[in-house]
Amino acid sequence: MLTAEDKKLIHQTWDKAVAKQEDIGGEALFRMFTSHPQTKTYFPHFDVSHGSEQVRSHGKKVVSALGNAVKNLDNLSQALSELSNLHAYNLRVDPPCFALQLLSQSLQVVLAVNLGKEYTPEVHAAFDKFLSAVAAVLAEKYR
Amino acid sequence: MVHWTAEEKQLITSLWGKVNVEQCGAEALARLLIVYPWTQRFFDSFGNLSSPTAISGNPKVHAHGKKVLTSFGEAIKNLDNIKSTYAKLSELHCEKLHVDPENFRLLGDILIIVLSAHFSKDFTPACQATWQKLVGVVAHALAYKYH
Repeated sequence: MLTAEDKKLIHQTWDKAVAKQEDIGGEALFRMFTSHPQTKTYFPHFDVSHGSEQVRSHGKKVVSALGNAVKNLDNLSQALSELSNLHAYNLRVDPPCFALQLLSQSLQVVLAVNLGKEYTPEVHAAFDKFLSAVAAVLAEKYR
Repeated sequence: MVHWTAEEKQLITSLWGKVNVEQCGAEALARLLIVYPWTQRFFDSFGNLSSPTAISGNPKVHAHGKKVLTSFGEAIKNLDNIKSTYAKLSELHCEKLHVDPENFRLLGDILIIVLSAHFSKDFTPACQATWQKLVGVVAHALAYKYH
């Protein structure tokens, strides 16, 4: 899974990305909604238009949770345990890994947009692995 | 048949006009082999794929990446007819190359990220949505003749 080098790249990149754009979470969510309208079915109660305060706010929550995951790469299961429960028993995003993969793609697009050349193949690989690991943990308790 | 709005066609062709096909193609293929190393199974004859640096510098990867993205350009020239444009390539990928169509989806997603890194904020949400649709359509067309 995540090598020591991967972890180093993830830490460095995450800090850089969060510093560059305030609203990476909101932007990733909006891009996901635009590219994959079926993901909006999980947010019928949201105003999903561009710049929506609800999307911004939810994006901040997602980024904060991911930031916590980045700080706890050696123990993702434990760090994300409550979110894992939430996704399994309340949110039931279905199919679990597929929909989360769509968010992973949009998050990576936002990282690439902001980091350009710095989103090197090695960083890309590390992040793809990280987001897959997060999705797997969130899906752990589904059944 | 896929329906493309005038806006979508515009977003596709105007971005494509700015793409360095050789460079983007090479980069996309290299990233596929780096980010999803199991895809290297199709490229045994390509020589040194032992590290990201080796893959990125590999001339066969470079040449094949250029070939793949050049072919992608054919889809863009024939947006109203992608399935028939790719009929023969689809048969080839099934019968000779034995490539699981899931790999087309992976390459499509990688291409989107390469474009994001190159075009930055110009790769707007609307642009991304259109191109995600395009790579999905291409992947579907390439899988269409599988049997």
